[in-house]
Amino acid sequence: MTPVVTIEKATKVYPGPRPRMPEVTAADAIDLTVAPGEVFGLLGPNGAGKTTTMGMCTARIRPTSGRITIAGVDVAAEPVRVKRAIGVVNQFNTLDRSCSVYENVYLHCRFFNMRASDARRRTGELLAQFTLTERAKALPRALSGGLAQRVQLARAVAHRPAVLFLDEPTAGLDPQSRLALWQLIRDLRATGVTVLLTTHYMEEADELCDRVAIIDHGRVLVVDSPEALKSGLHADTIVAVAVERDAEGLATAMRALPGVHSAEPVDGKVRVLARGGDTVGRLVETAMHHGLRDVSVTAPSLENVFIQLTGRDLRE
Amino acid sequence: MSDVITRTAAETAAPVTLPRIGLAGYLGSFRGLLIRDVRVLTRDFVGFVMQTVMQPLLFVFVFAYVFPKINQAFSGPDGGSFATVMTPGVVATAAFFTGISSVAMPLSVDFGATREIEDRVTAPLPVWAVGFEKVLFGAFQSLIAALVVYPLVYFVPATPVSVHVDNWALLVAVTLVICLTSGALGLLLGSIVRPGQIGMMYGVLVVPLSFLGCVYYPWQSLQAVPWLQVGVLVNPLVYASEGLRHALTPQLPHMPAWAHLGAGVAILAALLFGGLRLFERRVLS
Repeated sequence: MTPVVTIEKATKVYPGPRPRMPEVTAADAIDLTVAPGEVFGLLGPNGAGKTTTMGMCTARIRPTSGRITIAGVDVAAEPVRVKRAIGVVNQFNTLDRSCSVYENVYLHCRFFNMRASDARRRTGELLAQFTLTERAKALPRALSGGLAQRVQLARAVAHRPAVLFLDEPTAGLDPQSRLALWQLIRDLRATGVTVLLTTHYMEEADELCDRVAIIDHGRVLVVDSPEALKSGLHADTIVAVAVERDAEGLATAMRALPGVHSAEPVDGKVRVLARGGDTVGRLVETAMHHGLRDVSVTAPSLENVFIQLTGRDLRE
Repeated sequence: MSDVITRTAAETAAPVTLPRIGLAGYLGSFRGLLIRDVRVLTRDFVGFVMQTVMQPLLFVFVFAYVFPKINQAFSGPDGGSFATVMTPGVVATAAFFTGISSVAMPLSVDFGATREIEDRVTAPLPVWAVGFEKVLFGAFQSLIAALVVYPLVYFVPATPVSVHVDNWALLVAVTLVICLTSGALGLLLGSIVRPGQIGMMYGVLVVPLSFLGCVYYPWQSLQAVPWLQVGVLVNPLVYASEGLRHALTPQLPHMPAWAHLGAGVAILAALLFGGLRLFERRVLS
């Protein structure tokens, strides 16, 4: 199917923060395509270039080079036509503080040239859909982070965009609000909206996205479905073993064991990608000789994919 | 379950085509931005009027009511009392600074703190049009300020105020230039001043502009201080005061129309161009 978002070699270079300081390449030849109806995630640590990529797609950041099209329309050449067809939720609370929840959505409809009666109907519909009807008259100041984010999402889809851009949609939210927002995003997907989101939470990417691009230092490292990325680890178990001494030596010993795909020493621990039920027992036995302090056994996550690609933790 | 939804959604998603947007679309979105500003203004209209009225009211009250009563009155030049001289000046000042502050202050906070501007710039309009809406709405508020302040400066003074309009077209043209200039200057300042610097902006910019804006004396009287008479010509408020003086109190000395309108329009064009450019640069990177 023809992609709805096409990013070709998109690069953004900013001048150094002070004169004579080196230029900063925020996005480095990003190549991505997003299919209609897909939920696509840009996963990476803070400063990886996710927001820059988002900004280039939403006509806020002009690429230094490269080309981005939405449904075949060049974003840089025809930004207004693109803006009509996209919805954007930023990292920050950008609700209009002088206007109620109702007015935030209603006025957004008017910004998109809806007639007053249509805007009223659409606003009522959205407040019901996002369970905000009771808070219609509240001012943004009075809303919790989760509620504010829900209003922002309702506002962003008010003009029925074909593509929705969500920049860190759940950053800073409590777990309950996060789950609620995930459900709203899933509901939107069910209506056929294409969603491009950025996140530095791997569970979020895993839970919501059909495909994920892992980004670091402005470059796309890998693109695939979360399942495919995880199965690429060649392991069904991740074992982290904390020992008192010689993690390096332990890692070497572990690599020789059957069922061990890789074993890397990280901060006094050894992180092992393993396969097969009895491997854990053998790992623990080996670790005994190095003063075993702690063992944790988890299923592979996108975090492990990130670590394997970059040698770093996503949270660092 | 979610897999099923995904597949169905992806398969049923209609091919996306983006329609072109015509002039009607642009105007509709622009109207949407105006509707928002009108709504917010009317909600706190009393506050807006009080804020606009307080300074001119006190000024006129002290200098044109109390001073004559206690025999400490200033005298105006030939052809008018001090009250008459300052009528156009005070109206021009009120219009000018209301426009500036009603655009610059919220915009500075929008850019620097709340980022409320984000949603408005997603509207299907060129970015400069979002800035131009601010200028237009600032000009509208500036006009309201002029209309609200005028009766005060006319009725409060203890000495008679002699106003007569010879040329209504001139009055309309002058008013239009003043109001748009104040909106444009507001856009420019709002795009460069950080929220924490607003107080400083008043101290170093607004206060000198108003004291040296030929508000309380005609420009011609400054010939007694030649360096000042030339120096104040960089101040846009001079052309606003002189323009209104020409339109409302033509019997008093004033600049000719070609001078105050010519300079006024040139300054307006420069401020509008600069303001829209700076606004665009703040929004896009």
